[in-house]
Amino acid sequence: MESFSDQADPRVGSGHFDAASTEALHPAAREVWLAAIDDGWADPARLYGAARRARMLLDNAREIVAAVLGSRPDEISFTSSGTQAVQLGMLGALRARERTHRGIVASAVEHSSVLHTAAYDASTSSPATSAASAGPPVQLVDVDRHGRVDAGEFAAALRPETALACLQTANHEVGTVQPVEKVTQPCQEHGVPLLVDAAQTVGRRPIPAGWSVLTASAHKWGGPPGVGVLAVRRPTRWRSPLPEDEREGGRVPGFENLPGVLAAAAALRARVEESDELAQRHWKLVERIRHEIPKRIPDVEVVGHPVQRLPHLVTFSCLYVNGEALVTELDRAGFAVNSGSSCTASTLRPSHVLEAMGVLTHGNVRVSLSRDVTADDVDRFLDVVPDVVTRLRSEAGM
Amino acid sequence: MIELELDCRGQLCPLPVIELAKRIGDAPIGGLVRIIADDPAAATDIPAWCRMRGQEYAGPGEAEASAPSYLVRRIR
Repeated sequence: MESFSDQADPRVGSGHFDAASTEALHPAAREVWLAAIDDGWADPARLYGAARRARMLLDNAREIVAAVLGSRPDEISFTSSGTQAVQLGMLGALRARERTHRGIVASAVEHSSVLHTAAYDASTSSPATSAASAGPPVQLVDVDRHGRVDAGEFAAALRPETALACLQTANHEVGTVQPVEKVTQPCQEHGVPLLVDAAQTVGRRPIPAGWSVLTASAHKWGGPPGVGVLAVRRPTRWRSPLPEDEREGGRVPGFENLPGVLAAAAALRARVEESDELAQRHWKLVERIRHEIPKRIPDVEVVGHPVQRLPHLVTFSCLYVNGEALVTELDRAGFAVNSGSSCTASTLRPSHVLEAMGVLTHGNVRVSLSRDVTADDVDRFLDVVPDVVTRLRSEAGM
Repeated sequence: MIELELDCRGQLCPLPVIELAKRIGDAPIGGLVRIIADDPAAATDIPAWCRMRGQEYAGPGEAEASAPSYLVRRIR
């Protein structure tokens, strides 16, 4: 693969304030993706020229990802999504220990894919046949008002029979960074593998060491959709929960999405190169939002840790405002944001993250800045939000 | 003793909290307000409202068959 430098582009500006969901393809990924459609279509498992070329490109992509994660290429498998990486990572780690261990310890604010997989495992596992039957099948560790897990509480929840521990690098809804590096040692002492969901930080921040299984999603770092990463560090035991298949080290079934994988690796490399500069810029812009929103709007709560946080993400909740209406009005004003509120017909329960933190769930706005955002975009946002909130409140008679 | 009762059954967030904010002044200072609400968000949002507005969340009230209830003490 060619190296694509990100030419210091004139910042185009962007009202896409939902990078934590996904963001537009990185320019470096786009070029590689298009090239790979012509150059990387062959089956990397075959032996003829085009196939060997495909194998070489795939190996190259694997090396790039491994280097960023601080692991070995043969520990990396590409999946079809971050969710699939979580599902396979958790179920495979659990399967490898099913005869001897039972139970999952996870933070209460993990991504829903982690919580759903934990619940699935609890509902499908047969009763333990060994001494590993004590304790609840899924133990969720509470967080503080900022959404942060206490490493000591997390460690205290681990038992000798615990099959798997799960902790995210940073929370996807409020941006709070979790103390992953402080729980790795207790996990090792108990012999419990630690799965780290790094979807919000890969390509943005350094990855903490000491994980056993790590998962990520390419479209969150500017890669294409359809590519996730599952890393299983030696000597972590892992056994496929699916029928046998030789692809991706036996961990992920099916023909590899080679163009997607190559584009994902190109985006990751470009993203890591610019990550410090982006993080600095985003940190300041988010700091400005955190500071200005409560000054400009009464009865609003900025949630998430003020310092132990992702550079680009900030969440706040406005009293008396319907979250869906807020999203719609901000969209009308040119800003794409997400909301953890439940004031919609489709979701009756509010965000489990906001609930676990005990912070206001309605009138919630998550801002996550994409790489093209400018200070002008943020200024315009800060001008628009108070007007929208005031109008929605007055419509509600407040 | 409960001074004011608000039946917010069938209301989705943020309506129960809006109702509470509009009506709490009808209770005397020190008085208890009981809010009946089946919206799951109320369990988080009523205590959060109390924290943000300087009122006191006094814990869950007696549940109705169809909905939980929440107690708020007016302290200002």
